[in-house]
Amino acid sequence: MSISVGYYPGCSGSGTSVEYDKSTRAVCKKLGIELNEIDDWSCCGSTPAHTVDHTLSAALSARNLVLAAKQGQEEVVTPCPSCLANLRTASRKIEDENYRPKVEALLDEPCDEAASVASTLQLIVERVGMDAIKKAVVKPLKDLNVACYYGCIMNRPPELMQFDDPENPMAMDDIMEACGATVLPFPLKVECCGAAAGMPKKDIVTELSGRLLDVAESLNTEIIVTACPLCQMNLDLRQGQVNRANGTRYDIPVVYFTQLLGLALGLSAEEVGLSKLVVDPTPRLRFAGVL
Amino acid sequence: MRIGVFVCHCGSNIAATVDCPAVAEQAGTLQDVVFTTDTMYTCSEPGQNEIISAIKEQKLDGVVVASCSPRMHEATFRRALERAGLNRYMLEMANIREHVSWIGKNKPRNTIKAFELVKIAVAKLRNNNPLHANKFDVTKRVLVIGGGVAGIQAALDCADAGYQVVMVEREQSIGGKMAKIDKTFPTVDCSSCILGPKMVDVSQHENITLYAMSEVEKIEGYVGNFDVQVRKKATYVNWADCTGCGACMEKCPSKKNVDKFNEGISKCTSINIPFPQAIPKKAAIDPSGCLMLQKGKCGVCAKVCPTKCIDFEQKDEILSEKVGAVIAATGYDMFDHSVYKQYGAGQYPDVITSLQYERLMNASGPTGGHIVRPSDGKEPKKVVFVQCVGSRDPSVGRPYCSGFCCMYTAKQAVLTKDHIPDSDSYVFYMDIRSPGKGYDEFTRRAQEQYGVQYVRGRVSMIYPKGDNLIVRGADTLAGTQVEVEADLVVLAVGAESAKNAPALAEKMRISYDSYGFFMEAHPKLKPVETNTAGVYLAGSCLGPRDIPTSVGQGSAAAAKVMTLFSKDKLESDPQVSKVNASRCVGCLKCAATCPFGAIKEVTDRAGNVKAEVIETVCQGCGICTVTCPQGAIQLQHFTDNQILAEVNALCQAQLDF
Ligand code: SF4
Ligand code: SF4
Repeated sequence: MSISVGYYPGCSGSGTSVEYDKSTRAVCKKLGIELNEIDDWSCCGSTPAHTVDHTLSAALSARNLVLAAKQGQEEVVTPCPSCLANLRTASRKIEDENYRPKVEALLDEPCDEAASVASTLQLIVERVGMDAIKKAVVKPLKDLNVACYYGCIMNRPPELMQFDDPENPMAMDDIMEACGATVLPFPLKVECCGAAAGMPKKDIVTELSGRLLDVAESLNTEIIVTACPLCQMNLDLRQGQVNRANGTRYDIPVVYFTQLLGLALGLSAEEVGLSKLVVDPTPRLRFAGVL
Repeated sequence: MRIGVFVCHCGSNIAATVDCPAVAEQAGTLQDVVFTTDTMYTCSEPGQNEIISAIKEQKLDGVVVASCSPRMHEATFRRALERAGLNRYMLEMANIREHVSWIGKNKPRNTIKAFELVKIAVAKLRNNNPLHANKFDVTKRVLVIGGGVAGIQAALDCADAGYQVVMVEREQSIGGKMAKIDKTFPTVDCSSCILGPKMVDVSQHENITLYAMSEVEKIEGYVGNFDVQVRKKATYVNWADCTGCGACMEKCPSKKNVDKFNEGISKCTSINIPFPQAIPKKAAIDPSGCLMLQKGKCGVCAKVCPTKCIDFEQKDEILSEKVGAVIAATGYDMFDHSVYKQYGAGQYPDVITSLQYERLMNASGPTGGHIVRPSDGKEPKKVVFVQCVGSRDPSVGRPYCSGFCCMYTAKQAVLTKDHIPDSDSYVFYMDIRSPGKGYDEFTRRAQEQYGVQYVRGRVSMIYPKGDNLIVRGADTLAGTQVEVEADLVVLAVGAESAKNAPALAEKMRISYDSYGFFMEAHPKLKPVETNTAGVYLAGSCLGPRDIPTSVGQGSAAAAKVMTLFSKDKLESDPQVSKVNASRCVGCLKCAATCPFGAIKEVTDRAGNVKAEVIETVCQGCGICTVTCPQGAIQLQHFTDNQILAEVNALCQAQLDF
């Protein structure tokens, strides 16, 4: 199988979640997906842009899609659900004949040729498929209890994302199962972790993320699997803050699905960036025989 | 020919966007039209009298009424013509309401279109001939499909009036959903105590033949003379001999079958009588678990049965019945709550449906009426009810209100307090909809006397915490998020159409809405009739209904059947095909295309093969008329000449107003 698509790493991929970017590239390579990073891509505007100006926000994202199209990519994938939401919103807006001129005015160029967008998770599930993953696994994740946490924006709003079930997504569950892990039915898989409230209102994060960790703990989760840089950060980096605020003593590693998938596919701890995580997953992985 | 044209204003329905006087005036220029007028309400008494007096005074031979859809009032105007001494088929209607005034706002253009329709109607009427109906016999037996409370009521009423009733029930026993319910709202009387005697009446009534475990396979024919085929499903028990003693159930070693009557909260044996009051009280084998039918060994029931009525070889049987009318009372199904993944339904044992809760509360249910949690058998102290699960929610394709859930939830909350006095109940609701007699008082009593806490807002998710469940929702009155820790959660699931409803509707040739509920002929004025003569409806097959309404409709449908059966002969519709024998070359292409098999081959006196239409079977669809290479077969009232006259009229130059 050879799949070749455009790749949009997003700003977090070169900052807070380098290990997501790194493991995504490594996994895709293993699975025969060629990722062509868009030259000269720029920030999608993230959360701030669309709270200030919708057209500006659309233009920021549209620029990347137009660039991709110019470089011959019909489809672009991104690991970050927040980037995905922005890029998808932009592509939908520039499909609208009446809206497009506003964006074009800001960009000084026509936007009628633009690439479509999907998440790397969707690409792996729909285009690679579970059978191919099962075949490619060399180190099954057996004896590992994982809970997959999708966060609130990976599949929502459903009309925009058009992928998986908005209330009970199964994409990561399926991948983890294909890798041989025991997937726990995590009832809060689409609950908000507090998202970007970490800076302005820390108590919201400690409450919401605290609840997620609480339920995960009660299910005997050994590792939480995520697909969103912000979710990962709130659960991993802030686990200490959560513990201090709530008087708890959680110690649950929180990894990107691409990291575990990568290990199962035979990549090394170094290649999937395990050392970047705050709560160290290596003891559990070693215990489970994955490392 | 002398034609009169009556243009109706329909109040402002038509007159607001059509210049009715101008249409009437222009109609006067059409060939053969000798009288025109415009009236406020042509269908009213003065309006009809105006038609009658015009026929008499102007010596009219035919009438065109330009008004609403013929579906609405064609029969009314035909009767008016007859009262004035004209043949009823000398009427034509131009639909200038549904086809003109209701769909366009441009008055000049509407006026032109209205006149065009009148012009077509006049052209056709000029080619009309009086038609005469034949009389035929009525089979005075009625088929009732569905043995729930609506069907039971309809069957008993018809049977008491002296008519033979054939009741077909797809389950093993009649009683429907009502038989599963513990108590009814708002009187809190015992459901099976009021339904039970009626079920017994059905089984003992000399005029009622009951086929349980049966389904309608095919319905053919027409009002007064339907031929019905019923599939009697194999029960592997010879019901004629089964005494319902239950010896087989005691000894059956396979005890893992899903207990459908108890909504799956318990298991039952492979040979089973669903509940003690079942009618008919006969055992049946569910082949999915039966060791004999699956593996070929066991046969314990056959050994213990005192009347030797077990028959492992039994096959489905097809029975034929002749009836004159059909009453469909096929009820509803419960919404599949597992669609709401965020409620963990099907995943957490202590999230159950309202009907499962009824079985838990019911003294004849699997727990003997003790409310316990399915997970650990403990008595719950905090019960949370979630309303509108599969109702009023477009995201799951159920935008309609199921109507009875507000009331049954209030009842269940009240009963919970009766069963477990130290318990607390919470109800998450959207609005309380309790418009029936004594209903609102009841929901108030639940809150004020029984202390049930009503929280206004939808539940967003349910997730486990330890042994309990956290129910998270919004309190839209307080404007906050609320979380309640519950021991047991009861989902008030809404109603949806019965699974096979559309297929059955097609067998009966009636319409159904986009949710699969059957459609009445008119939502206000013909609530239990359908557009197919002789087919009537009752109960929740029309949409969610509570018990009083279902019973009322059962009686109403029965009354309609009795009206039909009060005549010894019915009139056939003369709008059927007719063969002109001298033109017919006997190719029988028509017979090959007729979907109803209404054309037979005959030989005339000279020995030539000809086609002949069986009048009572012909549905007047007209397919044969376009097939005939000779134009020998013509649909009466829609002949080639009549249609061509319409087309010619339409092709004439258009007028300006
Ligand atoms: S033992 Fe025979 S007679 Fe008795 S209920 Fe069973 S099948 Fe009927
Ligand atoms: S009109 Fe229709 S039903 Fe009647 S004979 Fe012709 S094809 Fe058959």
